[in-house]
Amino acid sequence: MTQVERQQWDVVVVGAGGAGLRAAIEAREQGLRTAVICKSLFGKAHTVMAEGGIAASMGNVNAGDNWQVHFRDTMRGGKFLNSWRMAELHAKESPDRVWELETWGALFDRTGDGKISQRNFGGHEYPRLAHVGDRTGLELIRTLQQKVVALQQEDFKADGDYESRIKVFQECTVTRILKAPDGRVSGVFCYERESGRFFVIEAPSVVLATGGIGKSFKVTSNSWEYTGDGHALALLAGASLINMEFVQFHPTGMVWPPSVKGILVTESVRGDGGVLRNSEGKRFMFDYIPDVFKEKYAQSEDEGDRWYEDPDNNRRPPELLPRDEVARAINSEVKAGRGSPHGGVFLDVSSRLPAEEIKRRLPSMHHQFKELADVDITAEPMEVGPTCHYVMGGVDVDPDTAAAVGVPGLFAAGEVAGGMHGSNRLGGNSLSDLLVFGRRAGLHAAEYARDAGGSGAGRAEVDEEQIAAASAEALRPFSAEAGADAGAAGGEAAGEAGEADGGGARPPENPYTLHQELQQAMNNLVGIIRRDAEMSEALTRLGDLRVRARRAGVEGHRQFNPGWHLALDMRNMLLVSECVARAARERTESRGGHTRDDFPAMDRDWRKQNLVCRLADPAGGALPAADVPDPERGQIRLEKREMPPIRPDLLDLFEKDELVKYLTDEELTA
Amino acid sequence: MTTAPTTGTSTGTGYTARFKVWRGDAEGGGLEDFAVEVNEGEVVLDIIHRLQATQAPDLAVRWNCKAGKCGSCSAEINGRPRLLCMTRMSVFERDETITVTPLRAFPVVRDLVTNVGFNYEKAREVPSFVPPEKLAPGEYRMQQEDVDRSQEFRKCIECFLCQDTCHVVRDHEENKQAFAGPRFLMRVAELDMHPLDAAADEGLDRKTTAQEEHGLGYCNITKCCTEVCPENIKITDNALIPLKERTVDRKYDPLVWLGNKIFRRRE
Repeated sequence: MTQVERQQWDVVVVGAGGAGLRAAIEAREQGLRTAVICKSLFGKAHTVMAEGGIAASMGNVNAGDNWQVHFRDTMRGGKFLNSWRMAELHAKESPDRVWELETWGALFDRTGDGKISQRNFGGHEYPRLAHVGDRTGLELIRTLQQKVVALQQEDFKADGDYESRIKVFQECTVTRILKAPDGRVSGVFCYERESGRFFVIEAPSVVLATGGIGKSFKVTSNSWEYTGDGHALALLAGASLINMEFVQFHPTGMVWPPSVKGILVTESVRGDGGVLRNSEGKRFMFDYIPDVFKEKYAQSEDEGDRWYEDPDNNRRPPELLPRDEVARAINSEVKAGRGSPHGGVFLDVSSRLPAEEIKRRLPSMHHQFKELADVDITAEPMEVGPTCHYVMGGVDVDPDTAAAVGVPGLFAAGEVAGGMHGSNRLGGNSLSDLLVFGRRAGLHAAEYARDAGGSGAGRAEVDEEQIAAASAEALRPFSAEAGADAGAAGGEAAGEAGEADGGGARPPENPYTLHQELQQAMNNLVGIIRRDAEMSEALTRLGDLRVRARRAGVEGHRQFNPGWHLALDMRNMLLVSECVARAARERTESRGGHTRDDFPAMDRDWRKQNLVCRLADPAGGALPAADVPDPERGQIRLEKREMPPIRPDLLDLFEKDELVKYLTDEELTA
Repeated sequence: MTTAPTTGTSTGTGYTARFKVWRGDAEGGGLEDFAVEVNEGEVVLDIIHRLQATQAPDLAVRWNCKAGKCGSCSAEINGRPRLLCMTRMSVFERDETITVTPLRAFPVVRDLVTNVGFNYEKAREVPSFVPPEKLAPGEYRMQQEDVDRSQEFRKCIECFLCQDTCHVVRDHEENKQAFAGPRFLMRVAELDMHPLDAAADEGLDRKTTAQEEHGLGYCNITKCCTEVCPENIKITDNALIPLKERTVDRKYDPLVWLGNKIFRRRE
């Protein structure tokens, strides 16, 4: 075994999107040496794709806004399945997180009196989203990136080294979290894409900020990075995931041409006046207002249109319902034969705003449709349909500290963390989530690392055997061709367990083909509308794919080899896909981003239930995931867990009439 | 390269295109020929992905968003710096051979992937935004018209196509040390035009440093950077020329120079 390079840091942040960078900045400002590891170049994270804005109740446009209103909207959007404590912290701290960005150089769009402008968005009672045209995510990532650089400049002044206290390891991937025998985190195992070399970072605190899982679905707005890495790393390290059945399908993705299918069309189009129509020219959303929202949305087009000018005396148009409602409605219209020529519906802003105004407010949408689809959105409607966008489920964390339950030293923030958004996330609540919980994760990871270094316990040792196993696991795709199948995987112990379906003579599998089959299966069988039999079928297919993925082979060498990288990412996608399918089959109701054809109603008894996913392998991930013996049984164990009751003062923020729709009688009388 | 769609490309039928893709590493390499299927509406990145999935699984390319928002998939198509994800196949004739090569101004890592570290080094050399001391978070007030210009520059997706095409460094490795390139000169302009940047209070004159530390003088406004910018930022007209004009004022106007000497706030 060749020696693997090792470095020592205090805090390792995995991921350099909004949550990761905010965590890293906080840890560094707490005085700890912080390493950031990201799959792409610094500044390219998926956060750049966020368009609409950052939700924060600053009250700049409507003074009636405050954290309580934001909290209420968030809970309603998530159909009360949210971790209420996270929703509370999020609503309270978002304004500070936005204002802080200005002190780091961010330039938001302004109101007439020079404050940060705020725009309307689905599910938000007041104009609440701080934004920069429709490229808010880019502004966020650039601001955080430039703040990191500012800190590096400080360090350079102090000691002549830009990277002495905060360093970005760009184009590197973490494949394993390392743990000491006592269960504490001891570091991470990584490979560098450019050279293919392995290295280990030893650190007492690891913050997961890896984003989502969308690349397991065929039609998705997510980039190649979204392979559920952090979700899988957490599972393999012995943490649990919650709410994995809740996957958000954004109602408006591009549908044509095929090569851009799934690319996001921002909700701002509707926030700024755009309307949805079917092939008959009808604004169909008025037919899809669910009972729980009946009192809050306009019942006629006239009222909806008046709301843009006079929001105090009119109700909002139903195009601005939460995303799950709109996505389902579009799906129903298309199924009923009232779709657009390419299987979507029409989203029209051209008849609603002057051309110049559209170009000013929605410049990147204008650009995107013109360049990629030959559509001028100032003159004609867009064709749009649902696209996999976001996973509400994620690592089970302590709401205040972002610490992963059950794994000391592990933290998670942003999309990879679960709970905050309940069963459905409101638009704009993601960027604020990244900042609020990114900061908290960085802060508590720093405190934990400081204690681990200072206290008698000392830092956890990195285990050589784990490094050897991780190396072997990562190298396995190179030996697939030789038919050396299971034995090469995880050292001695794993080799024995995996012989059952070794079949060394079979040809290696193409990782690209495996990936496409996985995406197709998840899209068709665990997509926007779900049925019991289809999800069982999905689990069977996942089992089959898992067996085949063990034979995923690669050509070429270790230097910047995308085929190899994908083969390694397959492990993670298969794990999280199983979580989604298993949890979705178990939850026999429809709520938020989980819609059951066979159980179409929301069930109050399910409201307080979380489904918790854990690795079935009792060794807690010591075996490589693919070597868990019985493929039929799967890799994931599911448990039901009751959520803590909502704090009374938070419940008091709602009218009783509304709570009755969500909470059981016992909860209401308690 | 043609920019008008050719006839017959929107009929929905697939065809086979001929590609030449540069493959190799720091040691060397060359163009490899491929024949590959093309379908309606596709962009060059789709074709590169099809090559990976069917013919060359280890073909190295950077990409992320596939929507022109992240600036990862920069390369040269028929010798022109472009984003692979925003170059539609319909701009080419069907019988045209399309050549894809890595960015020329940066060292090759592998295939279409180059080492763009130069840009990250230059980014670090531009002093960051200096927050005004007297304003607490939440107290910033700026008019939209005063932030418009800097916002235009902040549309930059850091694809580094301008850095690649700029003739100051494209074939002149020796200029790289002294020259920040259009992207980072624009960053200096962005901060200089930021209504609340307090750099001057700390004795930092961004106009002077643009000239003296970031090599603004090398730029002779040929506008190559503006031409390749996928965000259509008017880099030369709105960032570089105004910065040059102000620099000239500052540098040669004896009154400005004197005022600077006398009134500059001491720390």
